[in-house]
Amino acid sequence: MDKTMTTRSASAHIGSNVTLQERAYRIRRYAVRMGKVQGQGYIGQALGIADVLAVSYFHALNYRPDDPEWEDRDRFLLSIGHYAIALYAAMIEAGILPEFELETYGTDDSRLPMSGMAAYTPGMEITGGSLGHGLGIAVGMCLGLKRKASKSFVYNLLSDGELGEGSTWEAAMSAAHHGLDNLIAIVDFNNQQADGPSTKTLSSEPVIDKFEAFGWFVQRVDGNDIDAVREAFDAARSHRGSKPRIVICDTKMCKGVPFLEEREITHFVRVEPEEWTFALKALDEGRVQ
Amino acid sequence: MKLSKYEPRRPAAPGERKTTSAMIASLAAEGMPTKAAPFGHALVSLAADRPDIVGMTADLAKYTDLHVFAQEYPDRFYQMGMAEQVLMSAAAGMAREGFTPFVTTYAVFASRRAYDFICMAIAEESLNVKIVCALPGLTTGYGPSHQATEDLAIFRGMPNLTVIDPCDATDIEQAVPAIAEHQGPVYMRLLRGKVPNILDQYGYKFELGRAKTVRGGRDVLFVSTGLMTMRVLEAAQELENDSIDCAVLHVPTIKPLDTAAILEEAGKSGRLVVVAENHTVVGGLGEAVARTLMINGITPQFRHIGLPDEFLDAGALPTLHDRYGLSTRAVCQSVRSWLG
Repeated sequence: MDKTMTTRSASAHIGSNVTLQERAYRIRRYAVRMGKVQGQGYIGQALGIADVLAVSYFHALNYRPDDPEWEDRDRFLLSIGHYAIALYAAMIEAGILPEFELETYGTDDSRLPMSGMAAYTPGMEITGGSLGHGLGIAVGMCLGLKRKASKSFVYNLLSDGELGEGSTWEAAMSAAHHGLDNLIAIVDFNNQQADGPSTKTLSSEPVIDKFEAFGWFVQRVDGNDIDAVREAFDAARSHRGSKPRIVICDTKMCKGVPFLEEREITHFVRVEPEEWTFALKALDEGRVQ
Repeated sequence: MKLSKYEPRRPAAPGERKTTSAMIASLAAEGMPTKAAPFGHALVSLAADRPDIVGMTADLAKYTDLHVFAQEYPDRFYQMGMAEQVLMSAAAGMAREGFTPFVTTYAVFASRRAYDFICMAIAEESLNVKIVCALPGLTTGYGPSHQATEDLAIFRGMPNLTVIDPCDATDIEQAVPAIAEHQGPVYMRLLRGKVPNILDQYGYKFELGRAKTVRGGRDVLFVSTGLMTMRVLEAAQELENDSIDCAVLHVPTIKPLDTAAILEEAGKSGRLVVVAENHTVVGGLGEAVARTLMINGITPQFRHIGLPDEFLDAGALPTLHDRYGLSTRAVCQSVRSWLG
């Protein structure tokens, strides 16, 4: 699309006085409403990552809601396809997807399938779900953007479990080798994967030391502390080295819904049919006014 | 994906119900008998007398029924994490040290990501590794990242590898000791969770490398594998109402193929031969059977039920089985149309 055709400012959120806390609350709410449609979904992960997505879409990323393929946008790659419910929620709040469509989440022929796929959803940059692809694709996009003299960043949201894949480390080595200072990896470190806690399944610790040794600019923050996440993203963008950047975000599964936070946490948190409404209420009660 | 991603979808109108895609669904039709985690339980039984057996997985014990083994034999269970390549290399290493690893992941990850590691570390030296993989073919509505529609084609091409596509719990329970007994690498497709159990009603016994006639019939010969044997057996019953008499030859071992049984059944004249598989029409049982018939000069009327050569949709599994022709109803429709 011709860049002059759209009159909306890049990143429609700039100038908005809606707080990031409020954005995160709304993202959580949209995600729970989608979970309610299906009676299931990766809601634990969505609640956990909502603060990081709020900072991504309402502080860091440069994009045009009405033109998700705008050439000068920052790219946001979701490796972890099962987190699609969270990204759809963020994209609804961002105005990339219409709110009414959340009622179609996971239904046949929906644009919002349970696993995120580029062919289905505007704003979904890649098809995730087979873990270990995102960072490699990000390396190529960063190389391509540099060839085009673009100022755009590529963000890649990975999970801690995904650090087990060898391809992630091939990409990590490659990104540093090629000096990809336009790459910002984000790891959702919720210490949970399909068979149990990530640190007990295949530990990536000490993860800071590993990425530093691989040549990255590394930060690790509480991923549910919005100010800390915002500062880390700012530092990642403004860092003056030629290193790729990574922000490791320690998050709490089910964050914001106390009765789910207290439940035994598993990869796939089960929510009883009547509990979706309670979850919405719990979010409303925790809303920062 | 035929619909445009740029066209918003409207939610269901009041009273209208949109099918939802259950992530965890049983393949069993309503009222069909099932067994829970037949693979896990069969492996536990076998392991009592086979101290060489170990279990290994890539973060999918719970989702491949290997957790049953892990609970019973925690010290013989190896959690390798989400790292399918080292899973296969390490299984090769264990086999070299005299152990018999049963290795589990999803069929997509074994066939696509770990192929080279299975091929060179395991198959090339014919090591004793048994690779057992969930979500074969179209058994999840989660989209192409989880739908292993081409795994049989990929693994049929690998020398030394035995390839199994079991139909139900009976097949799985009996295949586990058989593949453990077999010297050499095996790839077996897995049905997990509450698995339909129907073949025992037909006096069927699994034998490695053997196809079995589970039902006789004069008009149609189904040559089927995996869960499609269950579907064609159901279809055969339904087609009785149309006075269409269907035989079923179940082929659980895709490689080596029981060509003698296929030639014998397909050589009986006057029947339409229909190969049915939960797999792309490229490179699976259909092409293997066609080749067998052609080079032996057997040329019956031949049709093929399988998945199209495309990346399949996400959605509810029953919807997708209807859409792509694997449901019992779709099988019946196809057969009726072919018999005109």
